[in-house]
Amino acid sequence: MLYARLIVMRLLKAVVVLFLIIIFNFILIQWAPGDPAAILAGEAGATDEEFLRQLRERFGLDQPLYVQLWHYVSGIARLDFGWSYRQGMPVLDLIMARLPATLLLTGTAFVLSLGLGILAGSMAAARVKKPSGSLIMALALIFYATPLFWVALMAVVLFSVYLDWLPAYGMYTVGAGHTGLAYVLDVAKHLVLPATTLALFFMAIYTRMTRASMLEASQQDYVKTARAKGLAPRVIQRRHILRNALLPIITLAGLQAGQMVGGAILTETVFAWPGIGRLMFEALQQRDYNLLLGIFFFSAALVIAFNIVTDLVYRLADPRIKEGS
Amino acid sequence: MNKTPLAAALAALALTTNFATADEPTRGGVIDTIIQPEPPGLVLGMVQNDPTRKVAGSIYEGLLRYSTDLEPVPQLAESWEVSDDGLTYTFHLRDGVLWHDGEPFTAEDVVFSADVFHRELNPSARAVLQHVESIEATDDHTVVFTLAEPFGPFLLSFEAGTFTMVPKHIYEGTDFRDNEANNHPIGTGPFKFDSWDRGTVIKLVRNDDYYEEGLPYLDGVNWHIIPDGASRAVAFENGTVDVLPNGTVENFDIPRLSAMDNACITDKGNEYFSPFAMLWMNNREGPTADKRFRQAVMYAMDREFARDVLWNGMGKVPLSAFGSNAKFQHEGLEPYDHDPDRARELLDEMGYEGEEIRLLPLPYGETWTRWAEAVQQNLREVGIEVRTVATDVGGWNQRLGDWDYDLAFTYLYQYGDPALGITRSYRSDNIEKGSPWNNVEGYENERIDELFDQAATAYPDEEREALYHEAQEILHEDVPVGWLLELGFPTIYRCDVQNLITSGVGINDAFRDAWLDR
Repeated sequence: MLYARLIVMRLLKAVVVLFLIIIFNFILIQWAPGDPAAILAGEAGATDEEFLRQLRERFGLDQPLYVQLWHYVSGIARLDFGWSYRQGMPVLDLIMARLPATLLLTGTAFVLSLGLGILAGSMAAARVKKPSGSLIMALALIFYATPLFWVALMAVVLFSVYLDWLPAYGMYTVGAGHTGLAYVLDVAKHLVLPATTLALFFMAIYTRMTRASMLEASQQDYVKTARAKGLAPRVIQRRHILRNALLPIITLAGLQAGQMVGGAILTETVFAWPGIGRLMFEALQQRDYNLLLGIFFFSAALVIAFNIVTDLVYRLADPRIKEGS
Repeated sequence: MNKTPLAAALAALALTTNFATADEPTRGGVIDTIIQPEPPGLVLGMVQNDPTRKVAGSIYEGLLRYSTDLEPVPQLAESWEVSDDGLTYTFHLRDGVLWHDGEPFTAEDVVFSADVFHRELNPSARAVLQHVESIEATDDHTVVFTLAEPFGPFLLSFEAGTFTMVPKHIYEGTDFRDNEANNHPIGTGPFKFDSWDRGTVIKLVRNDDYYEEGLPYLDGVNWHIIPDGASRAVAFENGTVDVLPNGTVENFDIPRLSAMDNACITDKGNEYFSPFAMLWMNNREGPTADKRFRQAVMYAMDREFARDVLWNGMGKVPLSAFGSNAKFQHEGLEPYDHDPDRARELLDEMGYEGEEIRLLPLPYGETWTRWAEAVQQNLREVGIEVRTVATDVGGWNQRLGDWDYDLAFTYLYQYGDPALGITRSYRSDNIEKGSPWNNVEGYENERIDELFDQAATAYPDEEREALYHEAQEILHEDVPVGWLLELGFPTIYRCDVQNLITSGVGINDAFRDAWLDR
């Protein structure tokens, strides 16, 4: 019951926030230099007055700004996100076609970074004065400090150009016509490099954070009590230290999950992953306003959704957190 | 100067001998190539940008094709006649041509495409159609175009990308832009549209009913969509992709890729468009409004260096406004050689006092950025203070459209005839705020307007030549824009791809004749 009420309240707030985001983004985008009609005409390499006029009229760009805003907002109320100028398709169709690819990529990267990060962090905390612990931390530092695009390119050079183990780009083998399990395996193979690249940076953060948080927790009185009771060190490590050390990591994971759609622009571009980050980047370059606003809307909605989920997970991890606190 | 990449590229160029092959073409196989960026749509005639032309050039056709020396050859028109006064063009259409949905292609389709569809939607075709008084189908296979006045380049304007034939039975009486069929383009070409997985691949398959006996040889063409330049290079390196059309990889990757085993490179196939790189110079205000300043810029730039180092030795340094693939080039003009001293003299003479000049590079990749840096350095050597203004494509469009620049890089297509591709940059009534492709520099010269007007409609060619030569002399003196380079965009491909470039539009209709020697 408590959960249900909480979720409803949060969803109501989310609607207000999303509405403000729509207005704010709409205004923000108008400030970017460059007129969509001129860019479309520019891409065609030839134009005349008539062509520009047709474009503006067709997309309502000749209307005053507040009229355009009204059309846009009232459209969203009907789940109509408008028409993409450049791609010539409804924005919703474009986003729905690309969203699964992004969710697969970022979801995999999220699980990978969180799982491996916590594992490596706990190991480093347990081996705090040993060389193996230092090695883990050194690696984490390297991945943390290395730019993502460089890691991506080096991964391609090593694993697909030299070793030829993994495909360098795309989501599936074009022309192979795989179905069923073969298709799933094919996609999985294509997923390895981009997901790992995307995961490395956050994995490094989780590793460092888990270790620090666990070391801190291990100094607490309840840990001393547990030791005094004679519990096995493994059990203490897992049930007393790790569980209490998890809260800050959940906070960060919630933020990361929201960020991942936007953060995947670079990875999706380098690996030609047909996701939403790439779509957003292209839409920005082409001043494809409706498409860009649509993507902003969906990423904002995802961030809000992840925030709600994070709050719920807090309560699972630490029953002391109650509604209203 | 680093000579290695240049030498490698030239050596690779010399290996391009596929037209001389004596082998019998084999049937079958699929070619994987790249389209960059992803096209907005595939209905030629509705969209005419470069990626659409490249992919849809295999689906749609025009009445004529053009050889690499820009002679018209039959495509949908089998033969044609021009009346003695240059006013009536009669096209005899090929028999037994079918649209991809099985309907026959007839003269009515030609009339509809030209007179209705293109007049409404297509700015490049509209520019030609203003000279056309009437278009009539005299029978199912004959179309007569009657012109209001002779128009010299008329026979050069029937290329598939500009004057596409679209099916009347699908578009007549509908809102063209919202037609359902736009998602599944229907043409008469050697390949049919199969599928488009957005962001990943566009697939074309062989048209089994194609009218040319035995063509095409290939089973299909896959156009991969790979947004990152380095990843595109990798796709060729690791063998997933067989053909890299021009502009798909950065210039600095070209020597490395073309030096690979089984890699060939050609600069053929640019003849029809002959991309011409120019420096817009703002003729309206600031130091660039002074003719002597603009001449000084021409003398200050080391264009050979740019060609050899940045463009791997490909392309030609132009003499003046007319490129070598456009007709009527005046070869008697004195070239603007690299001569910094002369540039300094001209600047002294005009009393240039070191006002800062803003230079806009073209936001189309690394080569253009470096080229802008090279020009900046050249200009600094003669005492011109240059600041580069970095923008993205949208910002670049806007600044040019608003005339908010001093010097700006661009490149324009020449389309084989000055009336089609050159006039637009210099005629004064083509000055129009808001577009980056017309007379952006703001050059106004009555005599030039007259000469270009008369030359477009003069008949026959000898008369046109005299008028165009005079125009070139004036432009050469006035330097309304800087002439940088006739670009030699290279196509890189596996050498076992045979017969790839067979016309003056290069990759745009390349796969019609191509076959695999595997």
